[in-house]
Amino acid sequence: MKTSLKWLNEYLEESVAVDEQSAADLAERIERTSVEVDSVTTLAGKQDGLVVAQVKTVAPHPDSDHMVITQVDIGQDELIQVVTGAPNVAEGQYVILAQVGSHIIDHNTDDIIEIKQATLRGETSFGMLVALQEIGFDNKIAPKDFDAGIYVFGEEDNVHAGDDAIAILGMNEPVIDTDLTPNRSDMLSMLGTAYEFGAMLGIKVVIPDFDLVEYEPLAADQIQISVESDELASKYAVRVINNITVKDSPLWLQKRLWNAGMRPINNVVDITNYMMLVYGQPLHAFDLDKLTTKQLAVRRAKNNEQLTTLDGQTRQLRAGEDIVIATNDAQPLMLAGVMGGMSSEVDRSTKNIVIESAVFNPSLVRATARRHNIHSEASSRFERGVNSDHTFTALDHAASLVDTLATGQVARGLLTAVNQPREAIQQAITVNRVNHILGTTLTLADVTTILDRLAFEYTIVDSKINVVLPARRPDMSIEADLIEEIARLYGYDNLPVTLPYGPTTPGSLTKAQRQIRASRKILESLGMNQAISYALTTPEKAQQFAENPAAKVVTLDYPMSSDRTTVRQNLLAGLLEDVAYNVNHSVRDIALYEQGRVFVANGKNELPTEIEHLAGVLTGNIVESSWQQEKAERVVDFYDIKGIVVAYLEQIGVKNVRYVATDRHANMHPGRTADIYTDDVYLGFVGQIHPKMTRAKKMTPVYGFELNLFTVMSAAKETVSYQPVTRFPQVSRDVALLINDTITNEQVMTVIHQAAGSKLADVTLFDVYAGDKLPTGKKSLAYQLTYQNNEGTLVEAEVNDDFEVVTKALVAELGADIR
Amino acid sequence: MSLIEDLKALKATAVARINATEADVEALRVSLLGKKGELTALLKGMKDVAPEERKTVGEIGNDVRQTITTLLAQKKAAEETARLNEQLAAETIDVTLPGSAHQVGQPHVLQQIIDEIEQHFLGLGFEIIDDIVDSPEVETDEYNFERENLPKDHPARDMQDTFYITPEILLRTQTSPVQSRSLEKHDFSKGPLKMIAPGKVYRRDTDDATHSHQFHQVEGMVVGENITMADLKGTLLSIMQKLFGEKHQIRMRPSYFPFTEPSVEVDVSWNEVTPDMKPEDIEWIEVLGAGMTHPNVLRMDGIDPEKYSAFAFGLGPDRFAMLKYGVDDIRQFYLNDVRFLSQFNRKGN
Repeated sequence: MKTSLKWLNEYLEESVAVDEQSAADLAERIERTSVEVDSVTTLAGKQDGLVVAQVKTVAPHPDSDHMVITQVDIGQDELIQVVTGAPNVAEGQYVILAQVGSHIIDHNTDDIIEIKQATLRGETSFGMLVALQEIGFDNKIAPKDFDAGIYVFGEEDNVHAGDDAIAILGMNEPVIDTDLTPNRSDMLSMLGTAYEFGAMLGIKVVIPDFDLVEYEPLAADQIQISVESDELASKYAVRVINNITVKDSPLWLQKRLWNAGMRPINNVVDITNYMMLVYGQPLHAFDLDKLTTKQLAVRRAKNNEQLTTLDGQTRQLRAGEDIVIATNDAQPLMLAGVMGGMSSEVDRSTKNIVIESAVFNPSLVRATARRHNIHSEASSRFERGVNSDHTFTALDHAASLVDTLATGQVARGLLTAVNQPREAIQQAITVNRVNHILGTTLTLADVTTILDRLAFEYTIVDSKINVVLPARRPDMSIEADLIEEIARLYGYDNLPVTLPYGPTTPGSLTKAQRQIRASRKILESLGMNQAISYALTTPEKAQQFAENPAAKVVTLDYPMSSDRTTVRQNLLAGLLEDVAYNVNHSVRDIALYEQGRVFVANGKNELPTEIEHLAGVLTGNIVESSWQQEKAERVVDFYDIKGIVVAYLEQIGVKNVRYVATDRHANMHPGRTADIYTDDVYLGFVGQIHPKMTRAKKMTPVYGFELNLFTVMSAAKETVSYQPVTRFPQVSRDVALLINDTITNEQVMTVIHQAAGSKLADVTLFDVYAGDKLPTGKKSLAYQLTYQNNEGTLVEAEVNDDFEVVTKALVAELGADIR
Repeated sequence: MSLIEDLKALKATAVARINATEADVEALRVSLLGKKGELTALLKGMKDVAPEERKTVGEIGNDVRQTITTLLAQKKAAEETARLNEQLAAETIDVTLPGSAHQVGQPHVLQQIIDEIEQHFLGLGFEIIDDIVDSPEVETDEYNFERENLPKDHPARDMQDTFYITPEILLRTQTSPVQSRSLEKHDFSKGPLKMIAPGKVYRRDTDDATHSHQFHQVEGMVVGENITMADLKGTLLSIMQKLFGEKHQIRMRPSYFPFTEPSVEVDVSWNEVTPDMKPEDIEWIEVLGAGMTHPNVLRMDGIDPEKYSAFAFGLGPDRFAMLKYGVDDIRQFYLNDVRFLSQFNRKGN
């Protein structure tokens, strides 16, 4: 809400200073005590040198059809010649002159420009006659369109040649623009703002005064009103005003409106807006003569109704939901509390008007405004709650102003369709309770001083302060609200600084938290950077590497964009996007992992199952050294990613891990992928991402793994079982086998382990060869078997015997040729 | 010549030969001390020495052997040192050539901020709630909004545009629902509830430099019999000084959240604050929202607001990372550009 301090002073017993520094200081206090401040500005900004000029003569330009030469009076001895292209300039007008040497805002660039003496088609111009848009007024607040020409003061504005135009137009008034939180609807009014600033500064509020004179005929003879149900509005009243003259508002009123960010329209509309700004009570004026019947009703929309609102849009109304004002025979007149309609708009020919003031149901207004995507000044106030104490006051004040400014006669009688009294809310509070919550040591006097500043009424009974919560503060209803008022006016800066005390609580991680954190650290120690990708993706990617492709996905009801519609069921697809992004930016060597959740849908109104996953990708080269031949960079392969998985599972404590070749993953290379099990528990998979996915994006082969972290965590063994390091020496034997190339390493290892006997400590594969020196369909594998006796020194003969059993088994079971 | 003189003469010539030798120290040792060596040959004459002189001759003989042995050993050591030095000189490399690369992975910068926050609160005796049961990312409307004192038509729902899945299920817009889920389970006989809840949250926003449809929050809450707003101030000051530095200050400003009353926005000083500093010279930046938990929220979670009081706060790791490192586009956090991620590689901070 934009608050002109000069206007605000009208409602304060003592004025606040309106110079630039004071306004900035006040804004700082407001931020610390009340609400955020967006800006402290003046309409003038850095502009200067604008004066009121009276046009004395207008002569044709000898060399131009659209320009004229004027002589204007600015209260000095000599007239000033100004050439202008304004279509509306005329002798006798009071206008605004930007003198030579003045500074104004260029309305295209917002830069400050200096006005210089100029020659326009051979005629010298000493300055420029300006429209409001040329001196910093936004089109949304300037009363006339820019095309209409320069600004002309009204006859009743009582301005004089040579007056400072910046002051006359109120452009030098500091305006504090507050950014209100949704609860502070009270500050959507000058009076509410006055109460707030008054409380902050210790200044009392002055309620505006007005005289209302009523005339015959009776209002009740001219219109009847009704409210369909009490649920729609708790207050609804109208006044009728006859024989009005619709015209421009006087300058004092226009100034207030544009400084508040509203555009002056005509005196009637301006008065309703003005009252809304003063009281926070939206009003609406109908042209009485445009109503098809003289029966106004507040009701819900019916089937097949439509309405053209003041913004020119024709809207289909939602039957039974939208709340409207309508006559009893035709289409609705307006969306109640939201926006007026064209059919009953007040215009320059309007003679008789009906002004309504109401308290509409906040929820219904909010729902209506949302459905039609209108967020008007009125709806924002009704949604948050208006001060019901002022609903009829604002209406009477408006009527009185229409009398004064539009020379109308207020018809006798305030017509009320509904007037539910607001129940007075009393809230008790004790000083102890305040101190208990705030951690302060306030006294009773401290607390009552704050309540006095807030102008809250209260009584003290024993230790209790019974506070009457005023209607102007619809945000307040409970004790905590009062504590907040006391806290902020006491000042959060003054609160002590302590830490909670009481019974000690241990701050420790759970087993699962330690495992997840360890998982991340292990992968980082293995050279992988942690990635955090988006959980929302396309339906396709959500399931791309999913554990169970048949599982239902979690889908947004109303997504923002087609690439973020579905919640992921795997992490690899996101990591692949990351790889693609990097490759596009010429980063080719990539090792990324991600730990995060995947989501599997359950029943319609059930929460999905969330599962922690761990996935990684590897692509490009492993660079050990850029300059040493023997350590030159090499392309990563399956065994690099598998090695990472092996090391990770080992470190996290998963034993008996098996890697089983698989072609069941549609998006993985069918010959280079393994499912990972510990015993018979499935953990995930590791392999090469299917080239059909990576080639299209010009990626080098990408290797990846994805593990169900929950299964990994529950498979992890709790403890380390320590074995004393043996002091007896080891003995090793090497064996090289020529076997069919369909036989896997795992088959060989199984045979070795089964045949080896108790002294075999370790088996290491140290050579794999398949090439043209071997017969077709054969490969050579070489293993080193290490023997160890923990109780004593190995006897050569025992080792030889055990080793022979192994070689025989390899020959017998795998048809190996021992070389 | 007596044997004694011969021995003394041998000693003198041997010392001279050893000192002079350039080449084979071992050959010299053999020729002097070997079985067929000169000393051995001389000492064969011992048998002709009179018994009363043998002791003296023996001592002289030993002295000669000792002297020669020591000198030879010294000579040999010097020779080895020289050979080693020669070898080492030949092995000299350019130590300014690059070392072999070892890839060290980094936690994501947001993770680093979350880790720092977690570590601080663990030290203050807080639990961390981040499991799928108490901190689900897909939430019910009830926990995300209604239990946070935001009934269905509450205007403040506009502050958080929401990704709905069904009218009752949504992607959580805040980590606040973790408060309710934790409170329901907490056993107050074991002391106050002190918890933080880090995690991902989602808003129906168009991604741009300052908005992201996915970001992180760390919710914090303390519920006990004597929890005050001063405790909130102290707790927030401690975490802000941990994240931004000890000389930074905070200020609280009034704000509004449906789930806290009083509600505050908290600013941290961008510059270090010294006691002699003028207030207008402190530059404040908004970093988080906090407040005393609304009695309705406590009541809905089965906690008696007359007996217990509580504070809650919401930290934004994304915003902290942007401020701390000057990252000007929040989307950077989710692109996982290796050139971006690998910069945040300071351990032990």
